[in-house]
Amino acid sequence: MEIYRWPGEPTLHQILREDGTLAREEPPGVQDQAQAWYRFMVFCRRFDQKALNLQRQGRLGTYAPFSGQEAAQIGSFAALRRDDWVFPSYRELAGMMYHGLDPAHALLFSRGHPAAGYMPKELAMFPGQIIIGAQLLHATGAAWACKLRGEDRVAAAFFGDGATSQGDFHEALNFASVFQLPVVFFCQNNQYAISVPVTRQMATPTVAQKAIAYQIEGIRVDGNDIFAVYDAMRYAVEHARSGGGPVLIEAVTYRLGPHTTSDDPTRYRDPEVHDAWARAKDPLLRLRRWLERQGLWDEDQERAWTAEVDTRLAEATERMEQTPMPDPASVFDHVYAQMPPALRRQKQELTDLRGRV
Amino acid sequence: MAERTMIAAIQHALWTALAEDPRVIILGEDVGKNGGVFRATEGLQAEFGEHRVVDTPLAESGIVGTAIGLAVAGMRPVAEIQFLGFIYETMDQIASQAARIRFRTQGRFHVPLVIRSPFGGGVRTPELHSDSLEALFVHTPGLQVVMPSNPYDAKGLLLAAIDSEDPVLFLEPMRLYRAQRMEVPDERYTVPIGTAQVVRDGRDVTLLAWGPTVPLALQAAEQAASTDVSCEVIDVRTLAPLDLDTLAASVQKTGRAVVIHEAVRTAGVGAEIVASLNDAVFYSLLAPIQRVTGYDTPYPPPLVEDAWLPSVPRILRAIAEVMEE
Repeated sequence: MEIYRWPGEPTLHQILREDGTLAREEPPGVQDQAQAWYRFMVFCRRFDQKALNLQRQGRLGTYAPFSGQEAAQIGSFAALRRDDWVFPSYRELAGMMYHGLDPAHALLFSRGHPAAGYMPKELAMFPGQIIIGAQLLHATGAAWACKLRGEDRVAAAFFGDGATSQGDFHEALNFASVFQLPVVFFCQNNQYAISVPVTRQMATPTVAQKAIAYQIEGIRVDGNDIFAVYDAMRYAVEHARSGGGPVLIEAVTYRLGPHTTSDDPTRYRDPEVHDAWARAKDPLLRLRRWLERQGLWDEDQERAWTAEVDTRLAEATERMEQTPMPDPASVFDHVYAQMPPALRRQKQELTDLRGRV
Repeated sequence: MAERTMIAAIQHALWTALAEDPRVIILGEDVGKNGGVFRATEGLQAEFGEHRVVDTPLAESGIVGTAIGLAVAGMRPVAEIQFLGFIYETMDQIASQAARIRFRTQGRFHVPLVIRSPFGGGVRTPELHSDSLEALFVHTPGLQVVMPSNPYDAKGLLLAAIDSEDPVLFLEPMRLYRAQRMEVPDERYTVPIGTAQVVRDGRDVTLLAWGPTVPLALQAAEQAASTDVSCEVIDVRTLAPLDLDTLAASVQKTGRAVVIHEAVRTAGVGAEIVASLNDAVFYSLLAPIQRVTGYDTPYPPPLVEDAWLPSVPRILRAIAEVMEE
């Protein structure tokens, strides 16, 4: 009797060590992009902080911060084409902004503005999914459409470690495998699903190994190493685009902030573990050290860029707050392509009531 | 023109859609080689290939969730959920996803998706194959819910559903699949979604029915006529959006109404119709509107179901009640 067993120690694809030295040769294209990536990571880190501050001031509603996951998000989105399908979760604003979402638009989600959901026409990107794991099936279906239509686009689904417990995760991997679809499943294992640690989410030592059960390729990558993330995603996207089928990537990372502005992570986190991720493993520090070694970055540039970012964020905040308030009667406008009679009557009722106020 | 059963009319509608539009794809469990457990997709895979008539893995959420992705990316998926009782497996993908993507994205993306599913009682099925769950979906803004009661409407409504830019639950009464043959044109036609149809003119009572209760209402009307009660029968056909104007006009004329559905009574579509008619025509009513429905229990096993389901005697009793007032 042969018994199948997980064969050994988990692997972790790493290029950039925590001290900013290279563990192996960096992938092509990285030299040219690294400084722009770093700038964008700084922008996103400060965007995240700005959003938290705006929430505390009552200028934004619930916000789900992504700090700590900038390398995982920017490195993965950087390997996508602008016309590829993108199905993110709600904690993906760094990647989405890198892909082309205006920061003022990104803030509208937490503003509670309906216009937030209208994604830029030039992108095939969905707004962040709230239901955990539901978007994996949408990505699988969109990839299926690309294959049937003979398009060379791929679809990418972004999700966290918690999503891997959902049925939709398994159904998506299975459908993608059975029909050999051009889809990349990109999991940011940030160690916690709200308060539940990944060790309670799964008994398997990794997310990536779940690919084996579906006879698809799996990669486990250091999610705080933007070179390795980009390398893994570039490989996966190319694999999918060239007809090789789906890939599951696990980016091992860490959520530095709370789950959302309504969450208190001190209730469930180990402070020592947290400190290690917050200091030595910070994805921004790591890339900055490398850039400094290359002579591509210094303290003056850091200061100048930080000031520039703050100006841009102030400007984005202003534009977000100047977005006209939605007309409540517009709530009826996008329920159906043609408004049914009952909705027309209800819209009229709401309009009349407001007219009287 | 050919005489067709409802199942043949549905198969013909699917054939028509596949033949005329390369974006149409059928997916579901056993829809390919087997032609569907009721033969709704008989012969379609052989004619159109396994990329357009697709046997999927056995996962309802996977079927609807991937169909949503197909739809937003330019295809016209027609998904089959083998029995409506299995649809709870995919409630999130229908109610939280398909129904809301147009709204969530403010029209940037939409989901032209048809979900076909057989349902309804009286055919001696195992548990969870017969339940009438239309109210769940009528209660979900963004969905359209359609239920044919005859072969002609089945083809026309299904083609209208495939044409629609928004998701449609297309609910097929199993008991009527082979109950009746009628003239169904070979050529394409549609029956507009959102329109009820008066299927029998009458003076005294309006019987409101959909799907499997339409033939019952017609039989009851026939028997009532022998006691000089003239029943108007309306096939509601589309439950969302409801054609309230047609319903109200009839009840305004007759002053009495009985709503008949197989689904359980509490918070059923009948309750919504009664409330809407009270709003619209209360002062024309000569008697409180009656409901003949399934009872508020889980759908019962075959040896009990006949007594549980709405029947002609139960409808006649309700008619007598509204006539007494």
